[in-house]
Amino acid sequence: MESLLQYLIVSVALFAIGVYGLIAKRNALRLLFSIEIIGNSAVLNLVVFSRYLSVASVTGRVFALFAIALLAAEAAVALALILGAYRLRKDIDILEMKDMKG
Amino acid sequence: MVEFAFIVLSIMAVSSAILALEAKEIVYGAISLAIMLMTIAGFFILLDAPFVAMFQIIVYVGAVAVLIIFTVMLVRRDKWLKPPVTGLTGVGIIVGLIVALAFGLLLVNSTLGSVVVSSESVSFMQIGVQLIFEYWVVLEVLALLLAASLIGALTLAKKEKGNK
Repeated sequence: MESLLQYLIVSVALFAIGVYGLIAKRNALRLLFSIEIIGNSAVLNLVVFSRYLSVASVTGRVFALFAIALLAAEAAVALALILGAYRLRKDIDILEMKDMKG
Repeated sequence: MVEFAFIVLSIMAVSSAILALEAKEIVYGAISLAIMLMTIAGFFILLDAPFVAMFQIIVYVGAVAVLIIFTVMLVRRDKWLKPPVTGLTGVGIIVGLIVALAFGLLLVNSTLGSVVVSSESVSFMQIGVQLIFEYWVVLEVLALLLAASLIGALTLAKKEKGNK
């Protein structure tokens, strides 16, 4: 039987990959992918702890549902922003977006 | 059997997450992200939470992944196939490794390894009961947020007539 620790290590691996993507990538869509990966590692943590640490409690699962819905809403808004930026500038390189720089 | 499924799912999750970020062609990256989301749903089934797994598949693979793939097809440029090499890649790898090492050492040195599976399986009904009776405020706020984000996304993505 796989243990709590193994699930958490998978979650940490996904989180680290997401952090790497957030730092290294310049394409706005890749940044959205990174954020989705990080969010999913967090949701995995919620379900894992709900399974292992509590006696027949579903609170962790309920919050996992909330987190999934939140991530979906965030993805929708981010994609709309990316579409808008692409329409204005024909590119979504975040290092080129300096129009709003003060 | 469960052990084997866990190993396969772990390898698939990590490798498809890396591929989502590193695939040259960004459409393949989007498909690889969808595969990662499905493996997370597989983890949920292993963790005895089939309701969350179904929710994940319906919301992510059914809605978000399709949305992402269509957006990628709309905004794709050929010049992304050869991204400029910057120093940021090295910084990203180093920071990612530091994060993984720090959290990994923290986990290995904690007492979490001795936790054994305790809970008996829970029914769908309990999830519904807790959702409605205990967290109904959160549910309502979430509904409002989803509606607001939908309207916001439509407004942002709408083609403006005067502009073009």
